[in-house]
Amino acid sequence: MSKHYETVFILTPVLSEAQMKDAVEKFKDVLKKQNATIVNEEIWGLKKLAYPIQKKSTGFYNLIEFTAAESSTVAALETEYRRDEKVMRFLTTSLDKFGIEYAEKRRKGAFNKKDVASEPVKAKKK
Amino acid sequence: MTLVNEPVVSKQQENRKKYCRFRKSGIRYIDYKDPNFLLKFINEQGKILPRRITGTSWKFQNKVSQAVKRARHLAILPYVTDGLK
Repeated sequence: MSKHYETVFILTPVLSEAQMKDAVEKFKDVLKKQNATIVNEEIWGLKKLAYPIQKKSTGFYNLIEFTAAESSTVAALETEYRRDEKVMRFLTTSLDKFGIEYAEKRRKGAFNKKDVASEPVKAKKK
Repeated sequence: MTLVNEPVVSKQQENRKKYCRFRKSGIRYIDYKDPNFLLKFINEQGKILPRRITGTSWKFQNKVSQAVKRARHLAILPYVTDGLK
């Protein structure tokens, strides 16, 4: 039974547009090689981080939702993340049935917010 | 005629029945990518609000704290800050 996974990763902002694109492509075909089917892919683009990571205060967010039969797919994806130094941070989560239903609703814009994580919370300096 | 210095304690306000907002509104999945929703569960310094204040049930408090911790990992929420809201 194929499980649903959702991965969010942040690329360093110093990359050019082309580098960003092919970094995302690279991860997508890592998934394809593991014969995972990509359900949805979102690019939230350059966003302000809530705290600096590696001395940078903005990051290039993207999200990939995929289904995979066996869990070695996630292991392969994560070693790929660790190898690539363009990736500042990543998080892969599995989706239970409520999560899957929520993702579908989100995709159809039921929450009428296209980029739902619109912008991270900025701490207002007094 | 109430005494002047007698503190007027309004009965309903004091023991207002706390309820789990997730069970009432039927939310089953708490998304860690949505900061506006998670803001309701953290205080000014970015700390997670305890159950005795929000009144959420144990099951959903776990989901909320897991979602907040994931959001913090992804720098969607800050770990510690002041004057967050």
